[in-house]
Amino acid sequence: MKIEFLYWEECPSHGEALARLREVLNKAGIGTPVELIHVGTDDQAVAMKFPGSPTIRVDGADLFPVPHEVVGLSCRVYHTPEGRVTPLPTKDMIRSALDAHRIRISKGG
Amino acid sequence: MGPLALESKLLAFSLPGTDGKTHSPDQYRQAAILGVVFTCNHCPYAKAWEDRLIKLQRDFAKSGAQLLLISSNDPAKIPDDSFENMKRRSKEKAYPFPYLFDESQEVARSYGATRTPEIFLFDADRVLRYHGAPDDNFENPAAVTHHYLRGAIEALIAGRQPEPTDTKPVGCTIKWK
Repeated sequence: MKIEFLYWEECPSHGEALARLREVLNKAGIGTPVELIHVGTDDQAVAMKFPGSPTIRVDGADLFPVPHEVVGLSCRVYHTPEGRVTPLPTKDMIRSALDAHRIRISKGG
Repeated sequence: MGPLALESKLLAFSLPGTDGKTHSPDQYRQAAILGVVFTCNHCPYAKAWEDRLIKLQRDFAKSGAQLLLISSNDPAKIPDDSFENMKRRSKEKAYPFPYLFDESQEVARSYGATRTPEIFLFDADRVLRYHGAPDDNFENPAAVTHHYLRGAIEALIAGRQPEPTDTKPVGCTIKWK
């Protein structure tokens, strides 16, 4: 499993988001190191198809895919299952998305 | 340059609103408290606090508190923050306050604003009495422990000084041209 954490330092949610990701991975017994990727320019954002900070990719796939997501340097919008808007995913959201990803992989998806 | 210093006088401006009118703080002389709030459409922090600001305005309208929301972002960088999209957003959410477009970004620069949202709260004499964030939890309104803006408005209505007077604005950076 390859885990990438893409962030833009001007968006203040990345530190907490990374801590949550690491905690979820640790509790799930996933020892894969998280690769930190700083996206600092508009050109990098376009080249990396960066939809906003923070973005978590597992095996190259966005953990929270959104169709037609706009690419660029900005803070990313997440929606909690309760309907709240937030700048970073909750631990439950990360855990559920990781579980879904692992199920897809186990089924050969 | 930092943000406008506490106890500074309000800086005048005149900006177009999503309601088709031009707004300036002078038009709100009757308001006992005036809040200048830098915000925008696209930012998740601004979105997260949006309903709380709407509720604050509704809760304190009769007490004479008036918020003026301003977006200073460059729409060329963030199309969601165009004036047309500001009009759409204010209509969708039935904003109870003016939503103003600072196209030249001069107002944001003069106030030293850097984040969305970022609040400058003035008393009846239009002296700055609170600057910073709406509260201490952008993620979950039910988990807020310090209602900075609500507390500051209540304090000023009661003739007291807010405590705290200054908190760190938390949010997206203003997108400069």
